[in-house]
Amino acid sequence: MIVEVEGLRKTYGSAVVLDGVDLKVAEGSVFGLLGPNGAGKTTTIRILSTLSRATSGEVRVGGFDVRREPAKVRGVISLTGQYAAVDDEQTGRENLVMVARLMRLARPAARRRADELLERFDLVDAADRRVKTYSGGMRRRLDLAMSLVAGPRVIFLDEPTSGLDPVSRTTMWDAIADLVRTGTTIFLTTQYLEEADRLADRIVLLSKGKVVADGTTDALKSQVGGDRLDLHFDDRSAVERAAACVGGHVFAERLVLGIASDGSAAHLHHVLDSLRQNDIAVLRVSSHRPTLDDVFIALTAGVAA
Amino acid sequence: MTLTLIGRSVRLTRRNPDTLLMSILLPLMMMALYVYVFGGAINTGTAYINYVVPGTIVLCTGYGATSTSMAVADDMRKGMIDRLRSLPIRGFAVLTGHVAASVTRNALATAIVVVAAVAMGFRPSASVADWVLAMGLLLLYVLALSWLGAAAGVVAKSVESASVLSFFMLFLPYLSSAFVPTHTMPAFLRGVSEHQPITPVIETVRGLLTGTPIGSTGWVALVWASGLLLASFTLATWLYRRRTSD
Ligand SMILES: Nc1ncnc2c1ncn2[C@@H]1O[C@H](COP(=O)(O)OP(=O)(O)O)[C@@H](O)[C@H]1O
Ligand SMILES: [Mg+2]
Repeated sequence: MIVEVEGLRKTYGSAVVLDGVDLKVAEGSVFGLLGPNGAGKTTTIRILSTLSRATSGEVRVGGFDVRREPAKVRGVISLTGQYAAVDDEQTGRENLVMVARLMRLARPAARRRADELLERFDLVDAADRRVKTYSGGMRRRLDLAMSLVAGPRVIFLDEPTSGLDPVSRTTMWDAIADLVRTGTTIFLTTQYLEEADRLADRIVLLSKGKVVADGTTDALKSQVGGDRLDLHFDDRSAVERAAACVGGHVFAERLVLGIASDGSAAHLHHVLDSLRQNDIAVLRVSSHRPTLDDVFIALTAGVAA
Repeated sequence: MTLTLIGRSVRLTRRNPDTLLMSILLPLMMMALYVYVFGGAINTGTAYINYVVPGTIVLCTGYGATSTSMAVADDMRKGMIDRLRSLPIRGFAVLTGHVAASVTRNALATAIVVVAAVAMGFRPSASVADWVLAMGLLLLYVLALSWLGAAAGVVAKSVESASVLSFFMLFLPYLSSAFVPTHTMPAFLRGVSEHQPITPVIETVRGLLTGTPIGSTGWVALVWASGLLLASFTLATWLYRRRTSD
């Protein structure tokens, strides 16, 4: 296991941000830490990459203890933070050469490495422009390229596609998929189930500083069900009676009952039949693909049908 | 490695020449103002330009050095600092880079001010050895103030609040012997100006360049400057470690 975390806690004063997190990442795999805003994803990444200290718990990266041997950990990791860590006033090439030099590559080797990475991340045309003229997608790509200069064994990516348009997001996904092929271990965080689903072999779901689910993407998805059924009602008491009858999560303000479903006609029949037997009138039924909300509904409210 | 970060800071300065321009133009304008406008009214016992140039040089370096605080504050609030900290390099090397860039910037500004002063009629009597001593003391002084600037930059909440230190440094020289001899000041101001670190530094540089008596002031200046350097270096690196260990 290239990353091992046991009983990780982090508090700021009286605020508990991480409350006993355990996780393990196998070398060469893609690990996804999934959770909504404020769950503690960035805090976890900062501790794993030696930028922040754990309040308690054991954290080992690349076999080294982050607290006792931070310099050794830094030798095997690289970090692409939530906000692009690039110098706006330097060109793309200068940024890359600088990091290469800081990683103790000789000047000619540093130049070669920069050229390779510019090529690989489709930044050759923009190489000699200042980064402040780059688009969001280009900044992200440069940021990732800078993280790859020294060929790290583990790379941490904190929300690598947040704030990107769909095209840049796809480009970023391709770049990450390429990395996987080179055998680099990837530890990424995301708020999007779709992203974790697409990239990660294993997912840990984090909510309010606690792990609420841990498993392969398939296992998680089967827990959530393929789809969510939304049943719309015309008054509050109908929603609540329906929930008592078939389970699910009540969205009181919208008069909607959300139910995890496998998307089959049989399941829909079963739900509607149960409601009719109890004289509860449904106005409308809609179904949609699961979102992160649904995962939480399913896993934290214990509603998995 | 530290050289790479120095290169970075110097490049950033070059790309954003406002700071550099300010630290050159400001002393030039001030020198012209004093020499041509007030000079006639201030009696220093020598040609006023010979009196005022050493003070201007010290003012210029002090101001320029503390602008380090803005460069550091800018770095601290951006993502780059996280990348640098996650690399296997010494923690405060990024501060060293900014301090070294500050020294370079100040060397350039000082050279320009000296050349302009000579053009305006400044006639130093210094030997080569005097120049070397004066530059050595100034270097120590610039290093001390640059590290002080770095410390301020580490704790500043924004680039704007970091610039407060530079403004402070802009006015402190008025309470020294930079522009007028201290014996012309009211008693309480004289107490302040004779016991603050800038006065002995100015007096020593002035003595070395124009041959006014130095006496023990040279040692006082040396002790002040090296003490300040030690204190501000320790402060800056300590604050940096504290700020970055959350
Ligand atoms: N330096 C800090 N001081 C106090 N609270 C913090 C600090 N950093 C983060 N937090 C809190 O920790 C929680 C988790 O934050 P974060 O790890 O950034 O979440 P995420 O990246 O999942 O959105 C948030 O409630 C945030 O307010
Ligand atoms: Mg975050």
